[in-house]
Amino acid sequence: MDSRAGIRLTSSELAFGAVLNGSGTFDPIAAHRTFGDELLDNFPFDAFVSKTITLEPRAGNPPPRLWETPSGLINSIGLPNKGLDGFLEHDFPFLADLPAPLIVSVMGFDHDQLVRLVSAVAERDEVEAIELNFSCPNVETGLIMGADPGEIAAAMEVLRPLTDKALIAKLTPTAHDQAAVARAAEGAGADALALINTLPGMALDPVTGEPWLGAGRGGQSGPAVRAVALNQVSEVAQATPLPIVGMGGIASGRDAADFLRAGATCVAVGTESFRDPAAGIRIRTELVALVETDGPDRRVGATPSGDLRRD
Amino acid sequence: MTLAPFGRRLLRVTKNERLGAYNMIWVADPDGPDPEPGQFYMLAAEREWGGDDGRPYLPRAFSYARATESALAFLLEAIGPGTGRLARLERDDGVWVTGPLGIGFTEPECGRPLLVGGGIGAAPLLCWRDALGPATATLLGFRSAQHAEAARYFQGAQVATDDGSVGRHGFVTELLREELDRDSEATIYACGPPPMLEAVRALAAEREVPAQLAMESGMACGFGACMGCVVQTKSGYARLCVDGPVVHADQLESAWVPGAPH
Repeated sequence: MDSRAGIRLTSSELAFGAVLNGSGTFDPIAAHRTFGDELLDNFPFDAFVSKTITLEPRAGNPPPRLWETPSGLINSIGLPNKGLDGFLEHDFPFLADLPAPLIVSVMGFDHDQLVRLVSAVAERDEVEAIELNFSCPNVETGLIMGADPGEIAAAMEVLRPLTDKALIAKLTPTAHDQAAVARAAEGAGADALALINTLPGMALDPVTGEPWLGAGRGGQSGPAVRAVALNQVSEVAQATPLPIVGMGGIASGRDAADFLRAGATCVAVGTESFRDPAAGIRIRTELVALVETDGPDRRVGATPSGDLRRD
Repeated sequence: MTLAPFGRRLLRVTKNERLGAYNMIWVADPDGPDPEPGQFYMLAAEREWGGDDGRPYLPRAFSYARATESALAFLLEAIGPGTGRLARLERDDGVWVTGPLGIGFTEPECGRPLLVGGGIGAAPLLCWRDALGPATATLLGFRSAQHAEAARYFQGAQVATDDGSVGRHGFVTELLREELDRDSEATIYACGPPPMLEAVRALAAEREVPAQLAMESGMACGFGACMGCVVQTKSGYARLCVDGPVVHADQLESAWVPGAPH
């Protein structure tokens, strides 16, 4: 497993130890309005994963959308996005011009939607890979696509022939048998896996006792989920040789190193970027320093540390 | 709007000044950019950010109350684990700061500027008053005399308190109504709790007076990443952190923001 391959992109490869963002946790367009060109001069990620795009525009969930938990956050954002056409027209030109490879994340509520999304996104040369966010129900079967081996295999079999671009399946942390889902995705042609997504969570209004979040429930992220994420990455890594983007509460280079030791190829930073917009840079720097300190005997050092450097 | 340096910066507290129910925290920022009134910062204590039950975890959003050549001042009230920790900061303690963020106030569209603050909402009005001049008409409402001590920074302001212990017994919006009766040629700048802002918005709409509202909503990041701080506007949800926090009242059907910060 030490020789687990990097993640194939259209024009390059995401090497072992690369630091990405979790989908939906960083908006470079808004960040550029806030921080200016310094963002582009010091872009915090080795590849950028877009917010999840759906076929039709979505306004997102009613507020309140956030609740701080011990060492974390519950969000019920509800995938607001401009829809496929709006994304391609308004957001795509800026994202395609970022100083990092672009991975577009898509979600479809049935196979037809998925086919239309993947086909349209795959046509764009600037898209280096496609992430398939499977944490939604298939409206035709009622099953969460990423929680059921049969569902994920059926979706992958429809999508795989559509493109040569790498397809990264984003798994669902509530799957009963995560290893079986991972093997099913591998068997149906996924190039890589990404996990974990947020865990279902709930908060009650301390005054009224009613659900706090506008949508009633949300997804827990942050260091509060790190141990769960590490375990799932480890289980999936033992079940399949596919490269893995590991995420869930990573807040330091040491955390990132743990995910790599557990079998991830790359890591993604999400909630920590809310606390520090440049967290991706810091985590990358700490990770490289750890590799240099720990030396080649440790799992993180199994590949030359040069691979971890940002050139 | 002033751009922020990319990433959070570690600054040092120079003074923690008790102002009745509030604290004014002064932070040295000699190298930071000059913010514009109405902009805000995300703050987190360097140490003990994460108390007995793992909170606070996220940084907290604060409009700056005053900026000098070398320092920033933040007015806060200890109401939860985040504000409680910040209120305990001492000289030379470290503070993680991201900002300045968001879009602030803009020059009056018509008439005289009229500042209306409720409680901790006085904060962004102080720096805006610094820019507009000390003669700027200012109306401030507080819960009690203890809270009204913040008015010390606003010489000449009219004050109302909920309990009548200082100034007028009643709401600041009653003072606003009288000011507009006297001279309706004004642009209102308001910051305060959602019920007050909604009353200001409704009054401004009734009198056809432009109003700019500095709003607040629970916020995780402050730079458009988390999508959590949205408020409903006439053109859909807007992120307060990057499309605000100052919102023109005519963009809103209501200034009510569900969910109080904690």
